Amino acid sequence: MFDYALYLLAVIFLIVSYKKDKKKTKMALKKAWKSFENILPQFLTILALLGIVLALLSPEVIANLLGQKAGWLGMMIASIIGSITLIPGFIAFPIAALLLKNGAGYAQIAVFISTLMMVGIITLPLEFKYFGKKISIMRNTFAYLFSFIVALVIGVVLR
Amino acid sequence: MKKIFKRYLWFILILGLNIILLMINRKIGLKSISNFGSIIFEMLKILPPIFVLLGLMDVWVPKETMEKIMGEKSGLLGILIAFFLGSFAAGPLYAAFPIAVVLMKKGAKFSNILIFIGAWSTTKVPMFLFETASMGWRFSVTRFIMSIFGVITIGYLIELFTSEKEKKGLYNKARLM
Repeated sequence: MFDYALYLLAVIFLIVSYKKDKKKTKMALKKAWKSFENILPQFLTILALLGIVLALLSPEVIANLLGQKAGWLGMMIASIIGSITLIPGFIAFPIAALLLKNGAGYAQIAVFISTLMMVGIITLPLEFKYFGKKISIMRNTFAYLFSFIVALVIGVVLR
Repeated sequence: MKKIFKRYLWFILILGLNIILLMINRKIGLKSISNFGSIIFEMLKILPPIFVLLGLMDVWVPKETMEKIMGEKSGLLGILIAFFLGSFAAGPLYAAFPIAVVLMKKGAKFSNILIFIGAWSTTKVPMFLFETASMGWRFSVTRFIMSIFGVITIGYLIELFTSEKEKKGLYNKARLM
């Protein structure tokens, strides 16, 4: 539903903009295309790579890897899997619920979800292009460490 | 032609890898191709309107306005707007990067841009509702509150470790993108 809203919004703004100033609107579209085309090669590469990784790391494989391994080892494995893959939330949460049912701990699942959302190794090349190497690596490293803090707190709260 | 080939070299290599995968293990190879298709489809649902909106924002929103609400002196308002922008958006993290660049162009404060990226990655409201449904409210609320602090802390930490010169370089690069 949100997707249609986004298209609708873009179309409405385009029409308003076009009514106000044709030249500016043309320039906006040119800019939009330029910034899209600029990242297209990296983008396609990453998406194709993501397709392969997600095929290898199916929900079942992830569930097996995480399984019931508790403690630090479980958290380390969860953080590594979470950092490589970029799974959208609507797939990630059902996996997480499944893991919980299979006996994985809350802390492991929290680390998995947080790294999944905040750390992206596969998308790093794209991030480099926008933010440069240093800042991208810093952001991912901090997010990675932060995921463990979240997990520890969740482990305590949900004991 | 040669230039295009060079730009897309990695993409072609990954496609080649996929074909090799298909020969080794048909099932995984096919799955990977169908994954790629559905990811592209997902992207087509959000990226084109985002880029169009960005282009419009670039030509219509004056730099002064953006500086006022998200710039160096925007204070709490800037942080709140950064959170709001990131939390109510949809799409994977990499869709947030081009938006961040336009925010840079328009003079938003660096830590606010980082907060926007952080909010986009982890405090999304639609995702929060989904998380509550599948993990229970104690899990999702704890993670949400922690993430708000985490996102702000990470934003300020990165700004702290980034020199003025590096920031300037980044903002200059943004202007060219």
